[in-house]
Amino acid sequence: MSLLSVRDLSVIFDIQPRNAWPWTPHHKLYAVTDASFELAAGETLGIVGESGSGKSTLARAIAGTVPVASGEIIFDGKDLAAMSPTERRKHRRDVQMIFQDPLAALNPRMTVGQIVAEPLTTHEPNLDKAEVRRRAGEMMERVGLLPKLLNRYPHEFSGGQCQRIGIARALIVKPRLILCDEPVSALDVSVQAQVVNLLRDIQTDMDLSILFIAHDLSVVKHISDRIFVMYLGRQMETGSSADIVRAPHHPYSQALLASVPVPDPSKKAAHARIPLEGELPSPLAPPSGCVFRTRCPKAQEVCAGERPPMEEVSTGHLSACYFNERMDFHRDAAE
Amino acid sequence: MTLLSVDNLSVTFATNDGPVRAVNGLSLELDAGAALAVVGESGSGKSQTAFAIMGLLAKNGQADGSVRFEGQEILGLPERKMNRIRAEQIAMIFQDPMSSLNPYMRIGDQMIEVLTLHKGMGKTEARAEAARMLDAVKMPDAAARLSMYPHEFSGGMRQRIMIAMALLCRPKLLIADEPTTALDVTVQAQIMDLLAEIRTEFDTALILITHDLGIVAEACERTIVLYGGRIMESGPTEELFAAPSHPYTLGLLKAVPRIDIDQEELAAIPGEPPDMSRLPAGCPFAPRCPLKMPRCETVMPELRHHDRLRRACHAEPGAVAA
Repeated sequence: MSLLSVRDLSVIFDIQPRNAWPWTPHHKLYAVTDASFELAAGETLGIVGESGSGKSTLARAIAGTVPVASGEIIFDGKDLAAMSPTERRKHRRDVQMIFQDPLAALNPRMTVGQIVAEPLTTHEPNLDKAEVRRRAGEMMERVGLLPKLLNRYPHEFSGGQCQRIGIARALIVKPRLILCDEPVSALDVSVQAQVVNLLRDIQTDMDLSILFIAHDLSVVKHISDRIFVMYLGRQMETGSSADIVRAPHHPYSQALLASVPVPDPSKKAAHARIPLEGELPSPLAPPSGCVFRTRCPKAQEVCAGERPPMEEVSTGHLSACYFNERMDFHRDAAE
Repeated sequence: MTLLSVDNLSVTFATNDGPVRAVNGLSLELDAGAALAVVGESGSGKSQTAFAIMGLLAKNGQADGSVRFEGQEILGLPERKMNRIRAEQIAMIFQDPMSSLNPYMRIGDQMIEVLTLHKGMGKTEARAEAARMLDAVKMPDAAARLSMYPHEFSGGMRQRIMIAMALLCRPKLLIADEPTTALDVTVQAQIMDLLAEIRTEFDTALILITHDLGIVAEACERTIVLYGGRIMESGPTEELFAAPSHPYTLGLLKAVPRIDIDQEELAAIPGEPPDMSRLPAGCPFAPRCPLKMPRCETVMPELRHHDRLRRACHAEPGAVAA
């Protein structure tokens, strides 16, 4: 049974037009439209898409930091989106977040001990101080930092260490789901691998579900069981990592994959690039029908009409396109 | 023909904690029209190398050694002479195009300024040339875009404008410092393809500074791997990637997640990149190196030839591969 099941989730922001009268109607910015997916316990779902595709907004809607316009977020059998704020607070500890800029995500005026312990003291205010400290130390050790560093301040740590602190803070309340928003994109390659390995270790230990957002397809492929491809707030394709990386069916996924550079000079130009013409359309006025049609190499008249439905191209592999066609990439990439 | 030759370049910064050596004894050669990648993590000295070549170091920075461009020593050249070389012979593009474009000037005026100043062109002629160059970097509707301001463009388009501006005076060398790091992959692919095209069209040599091994593999014939301000290994990209002879290069290649093959677990390099103000006496990579010997902590290995590669390591090349 799935831990999290998101059904037709939409997030719409109200934008006040510039230089407008106060009574002018606000614009609607369609950040996420009808996103649906399931996430099982212990599973990792990777969300990919370019900047502006709505992947961070999707995570924030699940965390409850942006209002949901419509749809359901069923977590452990209960709909989070329909809850009152008081009710929802009880479920906050089960869903924690890890952010992109590790230093910016930590309060510079708090010691690492205070930072790591804060979620615990918030959710269990009656815990005695010694116990809080013991658990914070334990968590520090779990993420590979010395517990004696608890009295230091964030600026004394490197980027990789700060990200470990961020992970410790997220895990101290024993959540069941963590939302990772570009957790390794600010880190150097050698340190990035350490953090990715740490996340995977902890996931097995604690039976965590992870929603992993990144723009780097190689990292997402490595860590995820399944991948969810987004464009302009819409779901384009979903499937197992192997399906998406080896046999994408949607033209947008194919263009993304063809752009990923491979660190092996002998495989130079293994795949011809699929150029995407033009710019990302404005989410204030998304194109009718398929939102990708304005840049799609396969676009036809039909794409402007009805939105293409999600078609199951193979078991558990969905793609929203009228012209779904398998394209073979990286045959050696299993998993 | 050698276009640029850097010999024993060192960059030292005077800081409150004493002198910090960002680049240490770096030498490289670049032929006309060739492409060289300088790879390294943050703090490896890759950007400072570029700034030293361009004569753009911060005020507390001091470059020593020799940088010869077409046989002429350009390190320590007076500002006036350097200004001519910078626009006309060597151009540079940066990671964040927004911070290198003047937000108050229309992009056309910024481009025209370069041409009137360096080429002595008239306004009309310069405007036509600017439009032609924007067209060459595949800016749609180039002539009309000249009257737009930088903020009206997307990140990818701004990087195209930067490339167009850098190429206005037909420089012989283009230094690109992380040109695609801030861009999405699809846009990155477009910019890298554009750089490759431009290189052949204008016969421009390229120094690509990056941390991304993927774009190095696709774009450059030769690669230099920097760590802690020193060259760890250098050579033809294909050999270097296929059979790295330095433990750091090997570690980097194993740590990168790959889209094309299956990896059970990423082989992370333990530890953290070095603190440049407290570098070890010997090899900077020694504290994280799996092949560390007592000697590594005290004596910096020399850069020696090994087949077609050059490597700075005390361990035997065979031990690295094993």
